[in-house]
Amino acid sequence: MEKKLLTGNAAVARGFWEAGGQVVSSYPGTPSTEITECASEYPELYAEWAPNEKVAVEVAIGASISGVRALAAMKHVGVNVAADPLFTVSYTGVNGGLVFISADDPGMFSSQNEQDNRHYARAIKIPAVEPSDSAECLAFTKAALAISEQFDTPVMLRLTTRVAHGQTMVELGERVEAETKPYVKNPQKYVMAPANAKPKHKVVEARMRALEEFAETTELNRVEMADTKMGVICSGAVYNYVKEILPTASVLKLGMPYPLPKQKITDFAAAVDELYVIEELDPFYETIIKSWGIECHGKDIFALEDEILPETIAECLRPGECPFATQTAGIAGRPPVLCPGCPHRATFRVLSRLKVTVLGDIGCYTLAFAPPLAAMDTTVCMGASIGMAHGMEKALGREQSQKTVAVLGESTFIHSGISSLVNAVYNGSAITVMILDNSITAMTGHQPNAGSGKDIHQQPAPELDFAELAKACGVKHVWKVDPFDQDKLTAVVKEALEIPEVCVIVAERPCVLLPGAAQNREMTVVAENCIGCKACLRIGCPALAVRDGLVEINDTQCNGCGLCADVCPRGALRKGDAK
Amino acid sequence: MTTDIIIAGVGGQGTVLAGRIISQVAQLAGLDVKVSEIHGMSQRGGSVVTQVRFGEKILSPLVYPGAVNYILAFELLEGLRVAPLLAADGAIIVNDQKLEPVTVLSGRMEYPADAKADIAAVRPQAVFADALALAKEAGTAKAVNLVLLGWLSKQLDFAEELWLDAIAACVKPKFIEINKKAFALGRAL
Repeated sequence: MEKKLLTGNAAVARGFWEAGGQVVSSYPGTPSTEITECASEYPELYAEWAPNEKVAVEVAIGASISGVRALAAMKHVGVNVAADPLFTVSYTGVNGGLVFISADDPGMFSSQNEQDNRHYARAIKIPAVEPSDSAECLAFTKAALAISEQFDTPVMLRLTTRVAHGQTMVELGERVEAETKPYVKNPQKYVMAPANAKPKHKVVEARMRALEEFAETTELNRVEMADTKMGVICSGAVYNYVKEILPTASVLKLGMPYPLPKQKITDFAAAVDELYVIEELDPFYETIIKSWGIECHGKDIFALEDEILPETIAECLRPGECPFATQTAGIAGRPPVLCPGCPHRATFRVLSRLKVTVLGDIGCYTLAFAPPLAAMDTTVCMGASIGMAHGMEKALGREQSQKTVAVLGESTFIHSGISSLVNAVYNGSAITVMILDNSITAMTGHQPNAGSGKDIHQQPAPELDFAELAKACGVKHVWKVDPFDQDKLTAVVKEALEIPEVCVIVAERPCVLLPGAAQNREMTVVAENCIGCKACLRIGCPALAVRDGLVEINDTQCNGCGLCADVCPRGALRKGDAK
Repeated sequence: MTTDIIIAGVGGQGTVLAGRIISQVAQLAGLDVKVSEIHGMSQRGGSVVTQVRFGEKILSPLVYPGAVNYILAFELLEGLRVAPLLAADGAIIVNDQKLEPVTVLSGRMEYPADAKADIAAVRPQAVFADALALAKEAGTAKAVNLVLLGWLSKQLDFAEELWLDAIAACVKPKFIEINKKAFALGRAL
């Protein structure tokens, strides 16, 4: 059979396809995005981008109840959004296998927090599986679907960034069609009114007991006995590092983080002199294991924060032995920045000049918080900007809302900003909202959304009109502005801030990385006009530098948006026509 | 026997393709391969690092700092950042190109005055090459990755044919010849 080097994400999609899966619905989120992108490449699968994770999970539930195998993939914080249906589908159970992916991000490569979603499995009362490499991503996706159907339960497949984005060899198999199970109307199972939910809760508890027994025997949990001086319990990415750094240790690899196999762990603990639980983030296993009266090391040695790396294990267990010392302190960092020609830069240049409070959101534009733009005051979660602006207005009144703008991208607005806009109108707010419509979900790598006019296959799709939507929500003051028209955008923002009602400004300009979107204007430096004042550098464009008192444009980086020419007070930068 | 390689550069410089070609060569040679690459925020002009490990059987996909055999650095500052990861007897090539990050452009931090000397102070065996000039000579500034791979191919034991096959498998057909030329220029370094 063919072997291929695959990312964990690609392997999950492959596993779902091989297992006869049918329906995938997701909202993009690093590090989970490629699962759904890869799934969309299999013609046998229906795959879509949903407006948010809650909708995605509900679509998957509908498909599962219909009798087919279904999957929803999301990043860890997406599970928060989808938690509502997940807690109750635990009660209803499934028909076709139902798996959701929680892609956690220890180390926060691209996230706003470091939550450990194993807690969700326990709280929702469902089993979780966690692969260590791409081969297991494929195998465990299949196993998760089988467990889902065997135990009539949704299953969490937990990934972390290193496993989702890491590439290892995978043996490919063929697709085996899964039979579509008949849909039968069954209110006792699917209508979670209290009369049905009460007996269902008992079913859930009985299911967990059955799963505890299953955990004792499943091959997902594996004991690898070696030297008995040290025993290590671990999962996921950490397992690979343990095998490399502690080659003589005995290992209990938990491919099923919840529920835990109590007898298996008890036996393993008894067989080794010292037991170590090496887990990223929270002491999830450690707390449960200690509650059984078993002694072990864990968070007394390993930190609660950040990912665990091979050298972390070496440094923590063999202090002084690791020769490595980072010598990179003090070296200039290279953080990600808004691209040259990015329309968000134009928007935030206006907001920065107006010195308004900017309640921001999640997307590429979050990068505008960083100097030199430094044009964002808050970022909490998807869609929070509008609700927070409303809250600030209610707390501090009109004086504050006159100098406050809520800013969010169109994908984030679709995700969870719309209901906050309805709330602001309904409760008589006087806030100004800017929807940065760049026609794409850019941060996660250009996924189309309901505002793009294209579906996941790049085929034409209905395009949401944000101005009309705002009007339908009851917003009376709506503008559409090209953010590169700096004078107009400035005037519109000023006008909106003066109006004591909800105002919506749609800043429309496609992401510069979309085909044909770059403006490619001819840019020239008029050297005799440049006084080296560096005013142009305040927009944080990576294509601009001032050397020896003279501005320079890096031609390979510049996309010719011309914003720097608008910024220069001396006419030292000139924008011409498109090249 | 495990071989560890780090590819470090700036988003958009072609580090991902370089990693793909190396792992393809190792696969063609029948070896186990693991690759670790973090994408997401690392795009958009940020630092990017790819780790490739190959051998009979690879356990961890992540390299051990200070034990890396080879480093391909696409830019001086990025070379300086990863040089300490190299084993004392490892080999490193650094593209002699300076790309100032926004932290420097905006005047908040300074680019090292002599990055080459700083790298040499960490790993005296460092090799510097104007890979950008060679790439342009081959036909495109985008082939810096193939120039550096050419150098790497001389350090490793794989047959040149494997590399050429891997390039053909990983590169769009119309760019194969230019890339092979850049690769050959790198081999001559």
